[in-house]
Order: sequence, then C-alpha cells, then structure tokens
Amino acid sequence: MRILVVEDDPVIADAVRVGLTLGGAIVDCVGTCADALAAVSTTRFSAIVLDIMLPDGSGIDVLREIRAGKETIPVLLLTARDEISDRVTGLDAGADDYLVKPFDLDELAARLRAITRRSDGRTDPCLVHGTIRVDPAEASVTVDGALVPLSRREFAVLAALMERPGVIRSRSELEERLYGWDDDVESNAVEVHIHHLRNKIGRETIETVRGLGYRMRAI
Amino acid sequence: MMSLRLRLFLILIGATGLIWLAALSWIYISSQRELEHVLDTRLQEAARMVASLAEGFGRSSSVEGADSKALPTLSGYERQLSCQIWSLDGRLIAKSSGAPEGVLTDRKSGFSDHEINGEAWRVYAVEDASKGIRVLVGDRLGLRERLVGDLVKGLLWPALLIVPLLGLLIWLSLNRGFRPLAWITNDLTHRKADDMRPVNVAATPSEVQPLTNALNQLFAKVELARRHERDLTAFAAHELRTPLAGLKAQAQVAIAADDPAVMKHALRQILISVDRTSRLVRQLLAISRLDARGEEQGAEPIVIGDLIDEIARVTAQPDAVTISVDERLATLTWMANRECLELAIRNLHENAIQHMPSGGHVRWTLGSPPNDIVVEDEGPGIPENEMPQVGTRFFRGQFKSPIGSGLGLSISRLALERIGARLVLSNRTDSKGLRVELLRQA
Repeated sequence: MRILVVEDDPVIADAVRVGLTLGGAIVDCVGTCADALAAVSTTRFSAIVLDIMLPDGSGIDVLREIRAGKETIPVLLLTARDEISDRVTGLDAGADDYLVKPFDLDELAARLRAITRRSDGRTDPCLVHGTIRVDPAEASVTVDGALVPLSRREFAVLAALMERPGVIRSRSELEERLYGWDDDVESNAVEVHIHHLRNKIGRETIETVRGLGYRMRAI
Repeated sequence: MMSLRLRLFLILIGATGLIWLAALSWIYISSQRELEHVLDTRLQEAARMVASLAEGFGRSSSVEGADSKALPTLSGYERQLSCQIWSLDGRLIAKSSGAPEGVLTDRKSGFSDHEINGEAWRVYAVEDASKGIRVLVGDRLGLRERLVGDLVKGLLWPALLIVPLLGLLIWLSLNRGFRPLAWITNDLTHRKADDMRPVNVAATPSEVQPLTNALNQLFAKVELARRHERDLTAFAAHELRTPLAGLKAQAQVAIAADDPAVMKHALRQILISVDRTSRLVRQLLAISRLDARGEEQGAEPIVIGDLIDEIARVTAQPDAVTISVDERLATLTWMANRECLELAIRNLHENAIQHMPSGGHVRWTLGSPPNDIVVEDEGPGIPENEMPQVGTRFFRGQFKSPIGSGLGLSISRLALERIGARLVLSNRTDSKGLRVELLRQA
C-alpha cells in the first residue's frame, strides 16, 4: 500500500509515516493543499490520509478537487473537529471515512486497509491465491499454512500482484508501489525483489510477461 | 395581552352594534314624527270629509241620538278614529261608534291634545258655520305609540337575528385577513432551532414588514455570532487536539517499534509534543487570567530594556536567530503592571523567534514617539488578507509556526489593553518580516 499523508503538523505526520511504515505501507507526507494536489496528480496512491485544517486552505477543498477529477482513490479524513456537521460535510464531499484527533494509529491503519479493500471491490480482508495467503493486517504471508518471512518491499510487491491476480503489473507500476519519493531506487530493484519472492514462495507462482511486467500465474 | 384578532373582533362588533343602535333610534324618532304627521293629516282629512258629508245636519232639528244618524263608514279607521258632530249650539248631532260621549275638545278648530276617560287623545276640530256644525275627529295617542312601537319592533327582530350572523362574518373575515400573519407564525414555529434563514419579507403584509425586517436583522446577527463562536471552537479544538494526537501516535509508534533508533526518534517527538502542549496550557491559563481581570491596578515603574533582556535570556532560541535590543530602551520606563507587560513582551518575543525557524534577526527598538516600543522580525510576515483575523484566538495563518498555538498575539493584545496600551501590526516595508508596535496611550 502506498499512502499519501496530508498533514501540516510535523509530529503527527512523522508518527503516521513511521507507524504506517511499520505496518508495511509506503508513506509519503505533504503539508499543504497545493502539495497534496500535485502529489495526487503525479503519483498513484492506494489511499490518502487528509487533514482538514491545512495552512493554505481546507482539506475538504482538496478532496472536492480530487473528486472533481473523477479520481476514485480512497480518502480518509483526519480532523480535529468532531461536530457532526463537519463529518457530514467531509463524507458528502467524497471522503470514504474519517477519524477524529487524537486517533489511534492501529485504527487508522485498519480503516485504511478497509477503505482500500472496499475500493478494490474485495470483501475478504486477506488476499488469497492458491495456497498463498497474504494478510495485510498482520503484514504476514503464509504458503500452505506455513508463515513465510518477507521483507517490507517483498511484501509490498506480493500484495500488489495479488490484489488483482490476473492483471499484469508493469515494473514502473510496482516501483511506484514500493518506493516513496525520498527512497533511492536501484534500477533493477523490482527484479531483485521478484527474485527473492520466487525463492521464498515458489518459483512458478510469479510469471514474467516479457516486455510488460509481472503477474500471478493462473492456477 | 389579548389576541389581536379578539381585540379587532370586539372593536368591530362594538362599533357595528353602536351604529346599529344609533340607526334604530334614528328610525324610531323619525318614523314617530312621520307617523304623527301622517296621522294628523288623516285626522284633518277625516274631519273635513265628515264635515263635507254632513249636509244639513246643522239645520235639522230632529236629532234623536247620534246612533240614529249613519255616518259614512271610514273603513279600517273606526277602531282608531272617533268622530263627533256637534251643532254650533252645543248639541251632539252624531258620533261614530266607540267615540266617547263627552265632547272631545272645546277648541273651535285645529289640533289639541286631551285626556278623556284616562286616555290621551289627539283631536282635530273643524267648524262649518254655513252648515252649523262642528266636526271633531280624534284618535288615541296610545294607539299611535303602539303603531310606532310595532314598526320599530318589526325592524328590531331581523336586526337581532342579523347581529350574530354579522359577528360570524366579521370573525371569518378577520381569520382570512390574518392569514399572512399565520403564515409567518407557522414558518417561525416550525423552524429548526439553528435555522437562521431570513423570513421572506416580500410575502409579508406591509404592516408587519418592520417587524420581519428587524427579525431578519436579528437572525443575521445571531448567525454571525454563532459562526464566529463555531470558528473559535473549531480553532480551539484543532489546537488542543493536534498536540494530543501527535503524542498518542508517537507513543504508539514507540511501543510498536523494534528498532531502537525508531523508538528514540518517536520519544524525541513526544518530548516536542509535551513542550508544545505545556506551552499551550500556559497560554490558555494566561489568557483566562487576563479575561478574568479588569483594568490592571498594581502599576510600577518598569525599565523596558531590562525587561526585554531578562525575557530574551530565559527564552530558548535557535543558534541562527540573533537578537538586538536598542540601548535607548534601557532609559525607557513604563508605569505598568509588571505581569501584564511581561506577558505581552514575552509572547511577542517568542512569536518573532518562532516564525524564523531558519534563522534571522529580532530587533527591539524605540518607536517614533519615544515612549513606544517596536519589535521587528525577519519572518514571513502576515498576508494582508489575514491581517483582520490575526489576533483572533487560535487563529493561525498561512505562515504559522509549527509550535504556535494561535494565542500569542491575542495574549499580547489583551495584556497590553489591561495596562492601557495598544498593539499595532504591520508588515515591514524595508525587508520581509513583521513589525509590531506597542503604543503607550496618553
């Protein structure tokens, strides 16, 4: 999961970034409406965590602008206001969920998983493909019931491929899912992760479609 | 107070009744007069008629009794009218049935009123010397009264029947007339408590428009006050919850982290949040203390330069920030409450430092009237469109500092007000940054 966090308070932004990263997500942080809109237009995120009171405007306006562009990306509003009217305004503007500050980091992560799951059209919280089972909540992978330890990036690659098992994911698409703006990306990073993944969960599970990318092999 | 409708109803019914009564008395009086005139004329006519018919009565000597002489029948009148024919020498020649025996009047001719056998009579006499007779025709006044009475009674009964009908009609008309008022009342009573939309003035009758206009103005005022309060609450909630949210999230990170570096980083962030929260609490306490106070009494002479030096010494500042205090301030003395002045200067000083995270110069100098104090920083200043809102509690503009609370300027302003001074903010013209003047009012 690649998450955009729009929060101007450095302490909260830092906590969310570190907290979600610990849970296996790739997180980018911005602090203003303008940066948020720029980020959404250049990068594909799995979900956005959006603060309402931003220094250069309201998060609600950012949300409206995102929705006006027919962007279906799930958005979770983070708000210090807990008046019902504010929440209603937020949800009506196109938010998928909201949390009132101070919030629980685990709850934030769970809600993010829920809204991304919903936007993917899934009901099962786990991703299952044959004998491989990915649990986003635990950031764990089992093959035939046996736990397979994966690195954060390996997990992210596998989760991306398993979200839509038949669909080919290009290398750049996977890179986008794997690395935030601040990360240094080796040119062959994706290949390396795929190589390690195949070693851990089985050579035949991931198929290389030459010139296009990767996908889970049909069972 | 009595309902307007009932009041109008009573007034209208009262007025209608009064007019009704006046009309009735007028009819009574005028018909009585008219009737009297008509009846008098009839008496006169009857007397003349009898006189003209009574051919030779006067010369005839053989008068046996009045009854033997048949008088021409005056159909329908005999019960009212009584007629006597007397000879000029005082003999009763004839009389109508029911006429009294005694002479009706002594008068030779013309009208006269008499009492005969306890009854009031109106009598007309006419003398015909050529025929040697005197004809007397009279009628009972009681009968006349009854006639007028019957006439008025005939008018009165329908009137009495009509009055309730009229009342009903007035009541219905009033209801209809008051319908626009009912609409407004209905609109207002069925509103939600927070519905501050103006009442539609165009749909209200002109008499009520001043009222609805006043109501709408009040609505607008209340709405503005409420919005202001809501903004304030929202800002306050934001300022109070944000550091708490940071604290909680960082604490969770610290618990969840296996990497000691991550944990240490989170703990450091917690320290920052705690500092920020304690500063917020300090400022909240300061502002509530200032709110509770009136004009400050305990004034003492304070050397401004010394006070600024002291504040600058205890305030933490990044290495990149430099501070200069004009030497002339060491000779400036304000008579003021020390706590208030210190609060104002400290918050301005902190404000200046906080808005220059990457360094800059804070300069305390003497103002142009040498009794004023000026502080200038090299921060981003305040966008002109935010100027009116600056100083609103919890308001933090576009260039807010990460550890501010939006209370600093409010506190400074309030503290200065308490000691009779004023705060003027402007953006510097010589470079970027904010210029704050502390004006001592005369």
